Amino acid sequence: MQHTLPDERGHFGEFGGKFVPETLMSALDELEEAYTRYKDDEEFRADLDFYQREYIGRPTRLYFAKKLTDHYIKAKIYLKREDLCHTGAHKLNNTIGQALLAKRMGKKRVIAETGAGQHGVASATAAALFGLECQVYMGEEDIKRQSLNVFRMNLLGTKVIPVMSGTKTLKDAMNEAIRDWVTNVETTHYMLGSAAGPHPYPIMVRDFQSIIGFETREQIQEAEGRMPDAIVACVGGGSNAIGIFHPFIGTETRLIGVEAAGFGLETGHHGAPLSKGDKGVLHGSLSYLLHDDYGQIMPAHSISAGLDYPGVGPEHSYLKENNLAEYGSITDEEALAAFKLLARTEGILPALESSHAIAYLEKLVPELSKGDIVVINLSGRGDKDVQVAADALGVELW
Amino acid sequence: MVVTRLNRIDAAFERLKEDKRSALMPYLMAGYPDTETSLKLLVTVAEAGADLIEFGIPYSDPLADGPTIQAAASVALRNKVNTDTAFDLVRRARERTEVPIILMTYYNTLYRYGLDKFASNAARCGLDGVISPDLPPEEADPWRQVAAKYGLATVMLAAPTSTDERLKKVADASQGFVYCVSLTGVTGARTSLPSNLTDLISRVRKVTDKPLAVGFGISLPEQAKQVSDIADGVIIGSALVNLIGQNGDKCVESAAAYISGIRGAMDS
Repeated sequence: MQHTLPDERGHFGEFGGKFVPETLMSALDELEEAYTRYKDDEEFRADLDFYQREYIGRPTRLYFAKKLTDHYIKAKIYLKREDLCHTGAHKLNNTIGQALLAKRMGKKRVIAETGAGQHGVASATAAALFGLECQVYMGEEDIKRQSLNVFRMNLLGTKVIPVMSGTKTLKDAMNEAIRDWVTNVETTHYMLGSAAGPHPYPIMVRDFQSIIGFETREQIQEAEGRMPDAIVACVGGGSNAIGIFHPFIGTETRLIGVEAAGFGLETGHHGAPLSKGDKGVLHGSLSYLLHDDYGQIMPAHSISAGLDYPGVGPEHSYLKENNLAEYGSITDEEALAAFKLLARTEGILPALESSHAIAYLEKLVPELSKGDIVVINLSGRGDKDVQVAADALGVELW
Repeated sequence: MVVTRLNRIDAAFERLKEDKRSALMPYLMAGYPDTETSLKLLVTVAEAGADLIEFGIPYSDPLADGPTIQAAASVALRNKVNTDTAFDLVRRARERTEVPIILMTYYNTLYRYGLDKFASNAARCGLDGVISPDLPPEEADPWRQVAAKYGLATVMLAAPTSTDERLKKVADASQGFVYCVSLTGVTGARTSLPSNLTDLISRVRKVTDKPLAVGFGISLPEQAKQVSDIADGVIIGSALVNLIGQNGDKCVESAAAYISGIRGAMDS
């Protein structure tokens, strides 16, 4: 089955679209036009290929995790090592692509939002590389949780602007980035970090991230001579998940997105709009989200700042609604257990975001048959999370 | 009934046109500084010279708004104000004033409430129209159909960054008047008017005969006067909300004095 969505107005069925102030509409049109023009442009593709290979370090490995496989016995587990990308996460796949586009559009300034700081660092990195001025909006709460990433961005020449409004996390950082964009739209490109937001961001970010899926397809064919039985990825806004899912949509491979269950879905403190939310409009597109009966956005919760978001990219809502992907959830506690498990079995510290995908093996493996192949998107490395993990595990660092 | 309601806005602009005056259109937020005071403000501001009133439903994530409206929304939400509170306030205000009232609300509050139920309740409580700052014409069809059914005007926004083609689309979809966003930015009082405002107004005039109201950044009497010379309506939001926030128990009197001051400057 050919997955050809969205339509020309950015709709995946009823999801997606462009729900933004009129001031931004022309900029979105301009971005869409530029993206459509350059995505198949030979020189643009050549530039993108060059930086993906020489700078990001692609293709990333599809690593057979033998000790994790031994631990779970039944399934053969592969890790798609996005944690080995330059800057330590998949986020650079997108920011390099958008920076190349921003340069061609003549924009000299970029802005971004960040939760965990991964997208902020990736934006700051791309901005440094291509000589763009960069400002990153980050919730005050997240700045506390991820102070090392703030310093990394500063070293890269980016100004980090603390966001004090609302819940002081990713959602509010995004509000503030959009307000900046509304004000400086003529000179500034908004480097949105997830496959969310108004059209064309969900498709543009998906396309830049789908290299993860295309590589996986080739690498698993090479290693196993066939496609995997399941692919598992964590979902906050959903860019790493849509990136690895995309080439597999409509095939036999089960696609499983894992949301943050936080303290537990039943507690109301989680980041799982696909599991527990309703349809609504947030940050420019119609999708599942967490809101009250009057449409007031509710705060999300996750131990991982990158999953601490009350919305999700519109294509995931479409995939869920049409049974093209399945979505589960993992609590903070389960994610921490997986964080420790991967460290001890494979010598790899996964990001707390990615730990949610690993933790899902506990639920998935019992459903599998002997010899089934599972690919987990290890979207980022966990060095940034050591402090948070220590706090959660009650360990005092000195 | 339906026709009467839509006409409250149209009638106001007709009347003003005959008098060769521009409309003064203050913005108030439901539940700010508290529920009962916001009702008093609604009635008092109308008596002090407002021709139309924009009434905002507080929203958790107002991405087109600057710090003033954001802070007011936080206060109102803490006061447990919601869509039904806003409807009820308008219903009670209608016992005392016939001023056209237009609801200003982000699209998610419409969507979540249910478009049909929202429009039906809005019309029943005596509202005349709805402005949704994050609903461009491309996405507005479902709402416009429902609004038409209940006789609510759908006011669309035009921006300095809109292309001429978009201005036409916006103006065609807009009812009652076209909301012209004076500047490239979020809401909030500014000390001077943007230099390209005249350009925006003349570009919108080329594509429509509908009344044009200008909002964003207007706070001073002389600014209101300047805008009223080129546009059919002057919208004042953050400056009024600021004033209300600063004047505690005296905020109703202060708001009335401020509005009649602006009215005086516009008519001079």
